[in-house]
Amino acid sequence: MPEISLAPEDWQAIALTARLAAVTLLILFAIGIPLAWWLARTRSKLGSLVSALVAVPLVLPPTVLGFYLLVLLGPQGPVGRATEALGIGLLPFTFPGLVLASTIFSLPFVVQPLQATFAAIGDRMLEVAATLRAGPIDTFWHVVLPLSRPGLLSAAVLGFAHTLGEFGVVLMIGGNIPGRTQVLSIAIYNRVEAFEYAHAHLLAGGLLAFSFVALLALQILNRSGGGAPGMLRGGA
Amino acid sequence: MRTILTFLCCLASFPAARADEVLVAVAANFAAPMKEIAESFARATGHRALLAFGSTGRLYAQIRNGAPFAVLLAADRETPERLERFGLTVPGTRRTYAIGRLALWSPVAGQVDEAGQVLKTGNVGRLAIANPKLAPYGRAAAQTLQALGLWQSLRPRLVTAESIAQSHQFVASGNVPLGFVALSQVVRGGRLLSGSAWQVPERLHQPLRQDLAVLRPGEHSPAAAALLRYLASAEARRVITDYGYRFVP
Repeated sequence: MPEISLAPEDWQAIALTARLAAVTLLILFAIGIPLAWWLARTRSKLGSLVSALVAVPLVLPPTVLGFYLLVLLGPQGPVGRATEALGIGLLPFTFPGLVLASTIFSLPFVVQPLQATFAAIGDRMLEVAATLRAGPIDTFWHVVLPLSRPGLLSAAVLGFAHTLGEFGVVLMIGGNIPGRTQVLSIAIYNRVEAFEYAHAHLLAGGLLAFSFVALLALQILNRSGGGAPGMLRGGA
Repeated sequence: MRTILTFLCCLASFPAARADEVLVAVAANFAAPMKEIAESFARATGHRALLAFGSTGRLYAQIRNGAPFAVLLAADRETPERLERFGLTVPGTRRTYAIGRLALWSPVAGQVDEAGQVLKTGNVGRLAIANPKLAPYGRAAAQTLQALGLWQSLRPRLVTAESIAQSHQFVASGNVPLGFVALSQVVRGGRLLSGSAWQVPERLHQPLRQDLAVLRPGEHSPAAAALLRYLASAEARRVITDYGYRFVP
């Protein structure tokens, strides 16, 4: 086997992928936590509608979702026209475009575990907090979030890992541009297309190792600080 | 060899002061030769060609929706033609840069004879082919089987791949004993890399012409113009024929 080492373009792809997964996860949490809380508490019909909408990316094949996003965000699409009019410019083939697409695609992987966790907390715990004069925001920070630690963790793991390994949507919306939108999964595809199988194996192995280390780190983090919430969970 | 290539890659990523960048959309089947051409192009001109690979159909959808590609190297003639009708290419730049060759290939030596008789003997098991509706090489393979009068009899044994790359993977991985692939996937410098192959005569199918065009974002790009000139150079021609394509001057 010939000697293989990572080229500068591979490192670019790796850095870009890590940045994309991290930024996407931050946004997913910022949107996902309030959305999942609302979905878990609401009794309105609108809740079912939003739940179904959030789950749509689970059903659509990634390239199909990528294609519709491309058309929507493109120069002829309604969203594309709006972003151009607002002076943001067009999102496809840019890093912010990748972030937007990944956020939509990974949303169900964050919202669904969070929603299940929030729903499992139940009214009694919230009522107890209220009788102790905790306000809604106070209750959310000091009762709901600590109780939801396992759900938050699985949402983080799923959202991060899913963005890391995504291919179809980012290929369509990103355009496979080296250094700008060429993430690791696409770099592997490029190596395969160029018959550089040994190089593709190296990158795929790297992706596997990186994902595993990231997932392991999250697991260890969860175990190391889990004392108090664990007791509360036992009480509930 | 690999180390040298990596080194050249590094060199290519530090362009000279007057160097320009050109973003090129490349049909997946031309990825390997184009990588080599981009490296020598950078050495010869100082310009840097950024290559974005993809299936021609996807590249078409992206260009229709505002992709910033300056040049398209397609896997067919129809896609650049269609883009021209939408006013998305620079008029007068469309031309054939390579003609692909079809091969019937098996990774096992001696499995495929040089006249393709193995198709008629009937004891070969399954046969891989790229989807004739999606891939130009699949269409050429279907035309070949029809020209040989074998389409009806072999049809139940066909395993259809979504692209010629997948057809090659089916066969190379040993899951299908033989299949139609692009000659560029199995030869280097006029020699078969492994196994056995029948180079399908071009009279059995429509020519696999691959056309290029400069796209609107590349209209005033000196690097795009330089790349088009370079693709007609002796050095580019050497690489193109080395990978089993026919070059058209």
